[in-house]
Amino acid sequence: MNTKKIIPIGPYHPLQEEAEFFKLYVDGEKVVDIEIEIGYNHRGIEQLSTTKHFDQVTFLVERICGICSTSHPFAYVNAVEDLLGIDIPVRAKYIRSIIGELERLHSHLLWLGLAGHFIGYNTVWMWSWKYRESVCDILELISGNRQHYAMFKIGGVRKDITKELIPQVEKMCNDLIPVVDMFKGAVMDDPVIHARLKGVGVLTKEDAIKYCVVGPTARASGIDIDVRRDDPYAAYGMVEFNIPVLNNGDVFDKAVVRILEMYESIKIINQCLSGLKKEPEGNIEIKVDFIQSGEGIGRHEAPRGEVFHYIRSDGSNRPVRHKIRAPSYMNVASNKVAAVGQTISDAAITLAAVDPCYCCTERSVAVDIGTNKVVYTWDDLIKLSQQKTESIKRQV
Amino acid sequence: MKKNSIIPQVKQVLGSKIINFFEKNPRRYYIEILSRDIVDSAKILFEDLGFRLSTASGVDSESHFEILYHFSYDPTGEIVSLRIKLDKTNPEVDSLTKIFPAAEWIEREIWEMLGINFKGHPNLKHLLLSDDWPKDKYPLREK
Repeated sequence: MNTKKIIPIGPYHPLQEEAEFFKLYVDGEKVVDIEIEIGYNHRGIEQLSTTKHFDQVTFLVERICGICSTSHPFAYVNAVEDLLGIDIPVRAKYIRSIIGELERLHSHLLWLGLAGHFIGYNTVWMWSWKYRESVCDILELISGNRQHYAMFKIGGVRKDITKELIPQVEKMCNDLIPVVDMFKGAVMDDPVIHARLKGVGVLTKEDAIKYCVVGPTARASGIDIDVRRDDPYAAYGMVEFNIPVLNNGDVFDKAVVRILEMYESIKIINQCLSGLKKEPEGNIEIKVDFIQSGEGIGRHEAPRGEVFHYIRSDGSNRPVRHKIRAPSYMNVASNKVAAVGQTISDAAITLAAVDPCYCCTERSVAVDIGTNKVVYTWDDLIKLSQQKTESIKRQV
Repeated sequence: MKKNSIIPQVKQVLGSKIINFFEKNPRRYYIEILSRDIVDSAKILFEDLGFRLSTASGVDSESHFEILYHFSYDPTGEIVSLRIKLDKTNPEVDSLTKIFPAAEWIEREIWEMLGINFKGHPNLKHLLLSDDWPKDKYPLREK
């Protein structure tokens, strides 16, 4: 007899970054429905922001996310500059884009490692996190910090990239190209990964449009959007880059999109560094003394997709309303369609494929409704996922 | 206005629904409409013109509530923010969730933060706040 079971994942578990709670309804091995609860990590930042003056908000929003820590300040300064209608110096534009792309590199490497771990490729995990360190080294070299770089301010950036630094940064970035080559080979040439990830967790283009997903999640489902190209800001209008778009919407395509994006990030950084060589040093900000009343909207293509900030000022030194929307807000909801119909062993990688910012301690268990007995812990789910990979490996 | 701008088409399809049209800059437009027109207007933008819902901002602006529905048009990078104003005594508006599920979470958030009721929402319960959050306490309402 089939017993319908609920598998709760979250609110906390050890492998992701923010708290979320997935309740998987399963019938035998199949996921038949999924309920998503968020709010376990709600810190009231929108309200807090209205109690700080405009310059302080830059630092506040930097603390929204520990992985893509520059995405929120990026969108925020874009919003305030949209309100003010000002243009910043070219040098500051290049530096902003460099920071944004370095962050994309380390964030994608982090995701790749997690994804590798979920499907039992722990070597991928170790290696990609090893190379992620070297990206953090570059960020430390530029800003002094490995995370929370505090580089952004309204009207420009807070620190210059001097001509002494440029060759070092260039070399360190270009050293990453063979690394990305390696990961590309590891994913695209491995028959086991093909068998394990293709056709898993498919988000169709129609669903992707309905759920208004953004970033790599949208681009893997055939939606050609990228704020950097569509609504250019910082230096993105001055450099050349491609936007990889794939059509299957499965976990495999989401991985490939991210890997291909890393090449583009390195390309953008190199162009920005050459641009910096032509610009006079030190000209990295314009002074902003007063923020008039009005409204502004700023966007940034974060590693996970479009970050959206809406800011309203009444002419005082604090925003009266600050709306923040992170990309996972749109992407996580799409799991409602992507994970349903999958087997339990695919649930972990499907939920992780949108690269959700959702954090975790060991709290995920599967409970049999009838007996109220714990069936699977989150560790068990990962083990299931890894076992499936093992069995495919044996068949290949 | 940009080349290939979608705005002339937006103006045409929304027609007399537009109460107030404001071009902040060539990529940011604010269009005020009546709250009873929001479902029709959102449907036209989303289904006919191919806009994407970025998010919605609920604002308490002293004399009334405002909701701005930020729609992105990605081929040109333009953002059209549909603005509706709601009375403070009984703030409610029709839900957009039946047109696109992307509106589900943000409507729940505005409901719990500002106490604006979304008529016809299939799942109007707490999103970010705890389920035992006191009724009639709305964190983003001005005192």
